[in-house]
Amino acid sequence: MLSERAQSDIRALRARYPVAQSALLPALLRAQEELGWVPPEALAEVARLLDLPVEVVAEVASFYTLIFTEPVGRHVVQLCTNVSCLLSGAEEVRRRVEERLGIRAGQTTPDGRVTLLAVECLAACDQAPCAIVDEQRYGPLTPEAAVRLVEELP
Amino acid sequence: MTVLLRHVHEPDQKDLDGYVRRGGYEALRRALRELSPEQVVELVDRSQLRGRGGAGFPTGRKWSFVPKHAPVKYLVVNADEGEPGTFKDRTLIEGDPHLLVEGIALAAYANGVRTAYVYLRREFYEGRRRLERAVAQAYEAGFLGEGILGTDFSLDVVVHPGAGAYIAGEETALLESLEGKRAMPRLKPPYFPAVMGLYNQPTVLNNVETLCCVPWIVREGPEWWIAQGPPQLYSVSGHVNRPQVVEAPLGTTARELIERAGGMRGGRKVKAFYPGGTSSRPLTAQHLDVPLRHEDLAKLGSMLGSSAVIVMDETTDMVRVIARVCEFYRDESCGKCTPCREGTVWVTQILERILHGRGRPEDLHLLDSLARNMTGTCFCPLGESVPPSLRAGLEDFRDEFEAYIRGAREPVEMPVRLRLGAPAPGG
Repeated sequence: MLSERAQSDIRALRARYPVAQSALLPALLRAQEELGWVPPEALAEVARLLDLPVEVVAEVASFYTLIFTEPVGRHVVQLCTNVSCLLSGAEEVRRRVEERLGIRAGQTTPDGRVTLLAVECLAACDQAPCAIVDEQRYGPLTPEAAVRLVEELP
Repeated sequence: MTVLLRHVHEPDQKDLDGYVRRGGYEALRRALRELSPEQVVELVDRSQLRGRGGAGFPTGRKWSFVPKHAPVKYLVVNADEGEPGTFKDRTLIEGDPHLLVEGIALAAYANGVRTAYVYLRREFYEGRRRLERAVAQAYEAGFLGEGILGTDFSLDVVVHPGAGAYIAGEETALLESLEGKRAMPRLKPPYFPAVMGLYNQPTVLNNVETLCCVPWIVREGPEWWIAQGPPQLYSVSGHVNRPQVVEAPLGTTARELIERAGGMRGGRKVKAFYPGGTSSRPLTAQHLDVPLRHEDLAKLGSMLGSSAVIVMDETTDMVRVIARVCEFYRDESCGKCTPCREGTVWVTQILERILHGRGRPEDLHLLDSLARNMTGTCFCPLGESVPPSLRAGLEDFRDEFEAYIRGAREPVEMPVRLRLGAPAPGG
């Protein structure tokens, strides 16, 4: 399921640590980079590459919110909803974005374009209310700017 | 003149050339040429530097706990900044990544470490790009790697990604995570990182800002450092005009920090503020002139924590804020211990029903009892972070809770938080 390239990257990650299991999170993220999420087959493949029981890999993967063990859209939008953003209008931003996309945070648009996540403090309270779209940070966001941002995602 | 933030806004500070031109890596040169590792520890000890991650433990003392002659030791950098309202470490990593690299090299030299791991929050995508570039440049220039600056000191630095978990910021949970496990805290004793840390080896664990102080202390001396304040980064956010990281002498008051952050939005009055992130007890307007330092805040039952000052104006619904804070701890609880796993759920349920207009008069007793049962009983500081907010709510803002329960306030819906993969609407 994983490309040759991803497999060799994961082997290289393994070599960076004295204990193979330390490479698990970086390896899962590498798999996710290629597949968008980490389906059960990829969990098994990562387990094989790191010589770990697949149960251990699944147990660890399911603990972390940014390892996606469910399918996600082409874009992942993380809207901060913690206190500093809350005080700066994050709820209205979230409401308007949900309304525009026709989904609630935690869901993916039926066309598979956007997954919306309500997340905790992104350590960018100087840009509150803030969001991360894929790997890019935005803020301070007005509801209008946030709606435009998700509308423009290809 | 600022110290820690002095160069973060210079566009070329992220590059080796810019950093070196402004005196960068001078401290490392000086330490390797003139100072023994013990002397570096002593300088840091004399500077009275205290950890900037939240616990505020004296750094020099922490370093002195690491066994001198252990064959393998590690340095782990806690760059998992996640305490709500805190954004100073991100500011340093993005604006001055070489300062962190130099701090890492000095700490490694002082502690006889030859491998360092930077546990970097997954959400720091930009920070990761800049830090990895700085590390690569430092290797190329001979500030990292084998035989640094022609000495027999060698150091490897590995940038390691987190994957989304607030609890990983707790030091022993971070080590579990770095070992590729669920980020669940370890029992102390025996797992004090200084003696039984990463892979059960002695491990120095420091926060990003803490390490960024070290090059300045080594270069300019501990007396100079103390005379500068000592410099402290306060993340000021919430209802201020220009939320920002403010560098100010340790012990600056909230009133002054609010002023430095452009004053209150709309000229409104302060109702409350968290002095050290949401794990600290929020204070009220009558505490605006309290020096924000460890001792003064401890006296008020609060703490400096990560020195994240979240400012709330007179229009703030404290019940809503406290409910959001408790909900955060509920979602981030690792589930290892009962008081935290169950307590955060119960507390959030009660707060939700109060907000929804279904509160009962006895709910305030119940919240008080839960706060007491979550104090001193949780396995790690996460669960213990809930009672300070509840206490302040029940003692300082009780009338707001009572208004909801009496039906004198319009009920508020808390948006449902769905897990990833919840069914699509109508599906």
